[in-house]
Amino acid sequence: MAAETKIDPMHQFQISPLAGHLDGTPFVFTNSALWMFVVLALVWVFMLGGMRRQLVPGRWQLMVEGITGFVTSMLATSVGPEGRKYVPWVFTIFMFILFANLLGLMPFALVGAQPFTVTSQFTVTGVMAIISFSIVLVTGFWRHGIKFFKLFIPHGTPIGLLPLIFLIELLSFMVRPFSLALRLFVAMIAGHILVEVFGSFVVQGFAAGGAMGPAIAILSFVFIAGVMALEVLVCAIQAYVFALLTSLYINDAVNLH
Amino acid sequence: MPQINQLAQVAYSQFFWLLLVLAIIYVGIGLMMLPRIESTVEGRSRRIADDLAAAQAARAAADSVEADYRARLDESRAEALRLANEAKAAAARANEEQVRGANAAIGEKTAGAEARIRASSEAALADIEAVAADAAREMAARLAGLDVAEDEAARAVKAVIHG
Repeated sequence: MAAETKIDPMHQFQISPLAGHLDGTPFVFTNSALWMFVVLALVWVFMLGGMRRQLVPGRWQLMVEGITGFVTSMLATSVGPEGRKYVPWVFTIFMFILFANLLGLMPFALVGAQPFTVTSQFTVTGVMAIISFSIVLVTGFWRHGIKFFKLFIPHGTPIGLLPLIFLIELLSFMVRPFSLALRLFVAMIAGHILVEVFGSFVVQGFAAGGAMGPAIAILSFVFIAGVMALEVLVCAIQAYVFALLTSLYINDAVNLH
Repeated sequence: MPQINQLAQVAYSQFFWLLLVLAIIYVGIGLMMLPRIESTVEGRSRRIADDLAAAQAARAAADSVEADYRARLDESRAEALRLANEAKAAAARANEEQVRGANAAIGEKTAGAEARIRASSEAALADIEAVAADAAREMAARLAGLDVAEDEAARAVKAVIHG
């Protein structure tokens, strides 16, 4: 009995084609692509609600204006007045990550759908990190040319230590896209595995019966409730961290410290 | 981990659809909706600022109008006070003049009357002297048979009357 309820916590990250089969070509429409479009639709609908442009905003408009103001002021404080140019991109990744994260937590299994968290794929977080990093590189070299390398030499570095410091700074700079991508990917995958594993404890605990089984199942259920609350927080925080780090990196490129 | 196991099979599909979705969000929302929402917010805050400035100006105007009104009120009050004082002074002066005129008239009349009284009493006194001198001469002629001259009798009477 217990062996039949084997639950694979990694199955939720499986990508399966909705049409055709996975053959490595770009145009296979997968469940991952479907959920990306669901995120797109939700973001779009959410933003449309803020487009009424009334003088006295309703709740929805206020919410949309609050989020746009949040991202705009984040760029204004980290980059300065020139940060306006980068608001569309930072807003794009912030909204996409936020909605994808939250959508992955929704209990679609109740209506029989297999939920899929787009941001738990490092292909996805990696692309966004690489785009952000490319923006930083292009902006940096466009504005400062070869002087952009001064970013890797902090003020007041002794001449003797210059090569070493330069290498360390360069390394930490090059690691940025990876840390950016992996942070979000790991936070999402860890949370979902944790919830899935403890969810399987609930099922297996009741299936095992006896005195200990249900007790463990109930304990696990309470734990899941707490973890889910934490996950909702993590969803928002990871979206915020990704957007904030992107704007801080852009600040490096624009202002060179 | 499916993310690694499937990497070769799904990577291009993931990249393609993700870039498509991100491009749609970037262009449709980031470039088209976002500036409008921001302009709405800016327009609102500008309007609030304008309204506040207008209210400030209106209050200043109201204050100045009130100050003006107060000044005019004070001015009018002072003017009224001055007019009242002037009228009072004029009335007092006219009164005084009248009283003085009346006094003068009364004094004149009194002085005239007194002069007439004095003249009458002097005339009466003179008459009394003449009558007394006549009577004394008559009495002297009748009693003593003396013929006293008129002016002598008059002198004697005067000496008696005036001591």
